[in-house]
Amino acid sequence: MKFTTMFKLASATAIVAALTSGAYADKMHPETGEKLAEDQTFTYRLLDGIPTLDPQLNEDVSGSDILRDLFEGLLNQDAKGNLIPGVAESWEANDDNTVYTFKLRDDAKWSNGDPVTAGDFVYAWQRAADPATASPYSWFVELMSIENAAEIIAGDKDPSELGVEAVDDHTFKVTLTSALPYFAAMTTHATTFPVHKATIDEHGDQWTRPENMVSNGAYKLTEWVLNERTTRERNEMYWNNDKTILDKVVTLVINDENVALTRYRAGELDRTEIPSGQYPALSKELPNEATVFPRLCSYYYTFNMSDKGPEAFKDQRVRQALSYAVDRKVITDNILQAGQYQAYTFTPGATAGFEVPDVAFGQMTQEERDAKAKELMAEAGYGADNPLKFDMLYNTSEAHKKIAVAMSQMWKQKLGVEATLANMEWKTFLETRGNQDFELARGAWCGDYNEASTFLDLVTTPSGYNDGKYSNAEVDQLMVDAKTSSDASANYTRVEEIIADEMPIIPIYHYTGNLMLKENLKGWPVENVEQNWYSRDLYKVAE
Amino acid sequence: MFSFIVRRVAYAVPTLLILIIASFLLMYAAPGGPFTTERALPPEVLKNIEARYGLNDPLAVQIWNYIWNVVTNFDFGPSFKYRDRSVNDIISQGFPVTLTYGIWSFIFAIIVGLSLGIVAAIRHNTTADYAAVGVSIGAQVLPNFVMAPILVLIFTLWLRWLPGGGWNGGQIEYVIMPVIALSTSYMANIARLARSSMLEVLNSNFIRTAKAKGLSERNVILKHALKPALMPVISYLGPAFVGMITGSVVVDMYFSTGGMGQYFVNSAFNRDYSVMMGITILIGVLTITFNTVVDIVYAWIDPRIRLS
Amino acid sequence: MIAKSSKMETLAENIVEQQAVKGRSLWQDAISRFVRNKAALVSVFVLIFITLLSFVGPMFSPWDYETIDWGVMGNAATMGYPSIETGHYFGTDDLGRDIFARTMQGTQISLTVGFLGAAVAVIVGTLYGAISGYVGGTLDNVLMRIVDLLLSVPYMFVLILLLVVFGRSLQMLFVGIGLFAWMDMARIVRGQTLSIKNKEFIEAAVASGVGSFTIIMRHIVPNLLGVVIVYASLLVPQLILTESFISFLGLGVQEPMTSWGALINEGAKTMQYGVIWQLAFPLAFFIVGLFCFFFIGDGLRDAFDPKDR
Repeated sequence: MKFTTMFKLASATAIVAALTSGAYADKMHPETGEKLAEDQTFTYRLLDGIPTLDPQLNEDVSGSDILRDLFEGLLNQDAKGNLIPGVAESWEANDDNTVYTFKLRDDAKWSNGDPVTAGDFVYAWQRAADPATASPYSWFVELMSIENAAEIIAGDKDPSELGVEAVDDHTFKVTLTSALPYFAAMTTHATTFPVHKATIDEHGDQWTRPENMVSNGAYKLTEWVLNERTTRERNEMYWNNDKTILDKVVTLVINDENVALTRYRAGELDRTEIPSGQYPALSKELPNEATVFPRLCSYYYTFNMSDKGPEAFKDQRVRQALSYAVDRKVITDNILQAGQYQAYTFTPGATAGFEVPDVAFGQMTQEERDAKAKELMAEAGYGADNPLKFDMLYNTSEAHKKIAVAMSQMWKQKLGVEATLANMEWKTFLETRGNQDFELARGAWCGDYNEASTFLDLVTTPSGYNDGKYSNAEVDQLMVDAKTSSDASANYTRVEEIIADEMPIIPIYHYTGNLMLKENLKGWPVENVEQNWYSRDLYKVAE
Repeated sequence: MFSFIVRRVAYAVPTLLILIIASFLLMYAAPGGPFTTERALPPEVLKNIEARYGLNDPLAVQIWNYIWNVVTNFDFGPSFKYRDRSVNDIISQGFPVTLTYGIWSFIFAIIVGLSLGIVAAIRHNTTADYAAVGVSIGAQVLPNFVMAPILVLIFTLWLRWLPGGGWNGGQIEYVIMPVIALSTSYMANIARLARSSMLEVLNSNFIRTAKAKGLSERNVILKHALKPALMPVISYLGPAFVGMITGSVVVDMYFSTGGMGQYFVNSAFNRDYSVMMGITILIGVLTITFNTVVDIVYAWIDPRIRLS
Repeated sequence: MIAKSSKMETLAENIVEQQAVKGRSLWQDAISRFVRNKAALVSVFVLIFITLLSFVGPMFSPWDYETIDWGVMGNAATMGYPSIETGHYFGTDDLGRDIFARTMQGTQISLTVGFLGAAVAVIVGTLYGAISGYVGGTLDNVLMRIVDLLLSVPYMFVLILLLVVFGRSLQMLFVGIGLFAWMDMARIVRGQTLSIKNKEFIEAAVASGVGSFTIIMRHIVPNLLGVVIVYASLLVPQLILTESFISFLGLGVQEPMTSWGALINEGAKTMQYGVIWQLAFPLAFFIVGLFCFFFIGDGLRDAFDPKDR
């Protein structure tokens, strides 16, 4: 008897459970028709704690990822990186492309219910440029070529003179100093996101705390424990909230990538990075989870060509020889092993509108390059009796170390060059490199927007990131012209050819993104080379 | 006793002052600053950032302002790295975390360490002794940056008993692994100290006398040997306690607790001057305080020692 | 540390008293007691073996510590396993470098750091303590306050700053590690100096007009050797542990050189990827080495401190 009662009870519970879950069972993805999982929480790993969640102050990639969820700028990107409307429903430029007018949607709201207006953008952009904000990313506004931005940042003009204007609540007008072909694309960057003035005025620096923050994105910040976790949850006020599927996004700070992988395997995370060298094994073991896609980043070594640099590196033949002798295939296929691209140009091939030029040394086989390198080295007067010696500087990291060790051994065995490794912790490294107190130093750059100039600007004389102090008048002129030309690809090709010939840097490889993504997490934009992903595009399917 | 405490405090003040000044100087001598970034900042922006944090004042003025703010307002300044947090915010978030797993570690280390040490001493030169010595040296030499990932592999991936990290407000399952990783080396030290001092006491004349009088071993150990044997352990506990409650960078890194230990190292790497100073002062104060406490406890247990 | 020093003080008193009574026979006593301690004696031989191996071993290896085996690089899990045939007795790391050769090199570095660091600590600590104790008065007071101050400094923190400020080099590592280990030594030595100071032979030396510095060097320091040796032997493993932590933070020796700590740290990162030899061999050397040091330290302490028996 007892058994039957229990059985009845159990079946009754089962029926109730089936009924309640029935509500979820009906939930399908509106477009694909896939059955959605009950728990729409996405948890991913962060390498480090987030320094700030103020859009204008942020300078971090992982900070931008969160900010794209919390705030919404004028334009967004779709899964392929194409521009789609954000707060702006439409936009148009005048004939010479120097004045842009954005029409803002009238249903966009802040999380406290206030409407998002053109004035919010004016405030945010002026704030970004204002030296008083002291934003480390203020240069981005200058890069956007907005009228008076450079003068404001230099402290010569008042922020109110920035070339932005709220024509009415839903019309935002920007005036540029010159026609910038990729201006619209730059408005997807976190620096340009609107902020809520009343909140900032009220709370000052602490406006970014979860209890204070007012935001206009698909999610709002609900928890932020420094160096442990952040949580963002669905923003009911968001104009497109109905389309949002993920309810909650959690970031966990896990410094060690191997521990992160262990925790991913234990089911604590939906996304983590693949530790360097582990892609082949993981793709065999978990083929549906190990994901690789091209990124907009370039890894290189830069010669110090300033007066403080060594005499040897003033000789073009030495620079060429060292670059030729680096077997990039070994680095991509044996060290990194996750589909990275061997680099013979600075700009990655994945960059929009950029055709990788056939630079001469990229066309040779490695044997030919090695032979040529030996020849060049001998011509320059270095050999067994007079070996070239220099220090190579990199910042402390397992992957950088492996690459540096391999390069130094390649040079030693092929050219008899004695390269001494010097690794430094990050700040010391930046200071040393920034003061030109190095001989050869590692560098890497990820595009701020999807266009070749974000890379090639770095080899121009005035660039703040040209730590090798390479200077070539022709390159500078080509890059200036590229800013106003309707099709700059010829300029970029020419610049790459000059770099390949004069070799101020040794391009090593172009990045790929390497992620472990749980099989039930869908919608990851692998084709977006900038990796501008939005949590509201992601969803979890039922297993 | 009272004058002893007063004198200790009187010494502590100049000690802390010198500590602050020395750390300041050393910090500023380090290459790079908090705002050294990959892309050089425009000069006007840099000027404003520096003005914001008072970095453009002469060093002496900065030190004076700092001390003044600490003394009058208990204000340790804003963090240079985390824009919306002050040092007080960071410490009040991180310190309770390390305090929690630190105190548990302390209790665990004392209980296990003392038991191991005392058992080893009582069973001197037996298998139990050798095992205890082996375990304690082993626990001392196995670096915790090896132990931590092994713990995660075992308890999180294989057994699925414990979450692999995080803090979650200090729920018990999040505390266990940090406690194991942090306490083992302290436990080993306590065991070794307890063993050797217990041995010494057991071989001393008064214990021999007690035994000769026919007291049971249990009685001898609990009533006569334990107290003197604990003396060296007690003086070790002061610095050990401070070490545990201020956390460990390895524990915080591998278990992502958000505790103080990682700020300790990261603030040096980030040149987050104010956080670095705040933690230095906190640890300095705690060290001095607990050394004083230990001295008082010591005198209380052993009346022969005068706090002169 | 403080515990150790208070214990050390009593132990040192014993040693000094012994010396006063029995003269040189203390040394013979100590040696014979030490030799009777099997664990300590075996440890000495193991340690000598490890040290010799670290110098001789590389001669029997076809690979040196920095050369990359290009054929193995990137396939450490499948091809870099320990093998006599390939000449990689302990296997290779991810880059295809020989773990055996690297472990030998790391052994040399770690032992050097331990011994030289301890030497720095012993020299500085002994002189400081002896001067402080012998001169006495205000100087003593000031010097000891400085030691108290330094003991309340979070020293790992300062060590990190030092390595950052002055750049990373092997010398800096020795100095940095050694400089923070001398304070306890100084306290102990001072205490002993105070008690030796009033002995007749010192008074005789003073009366015959010998200078203070000469007295410290000729008469005080030699009488402290016992306690110094014991303390130094306990210090060496502590310093090796400290070095391994510094390596973990990425502030250790520069590549391609390595140390036990650096090797273990790399091995610990890859242990779940089927290349356990990258951790196992260096860790085995590290643990065996440290066990030996601890046993020797205990043995020396027992040998010089007859009260324990």
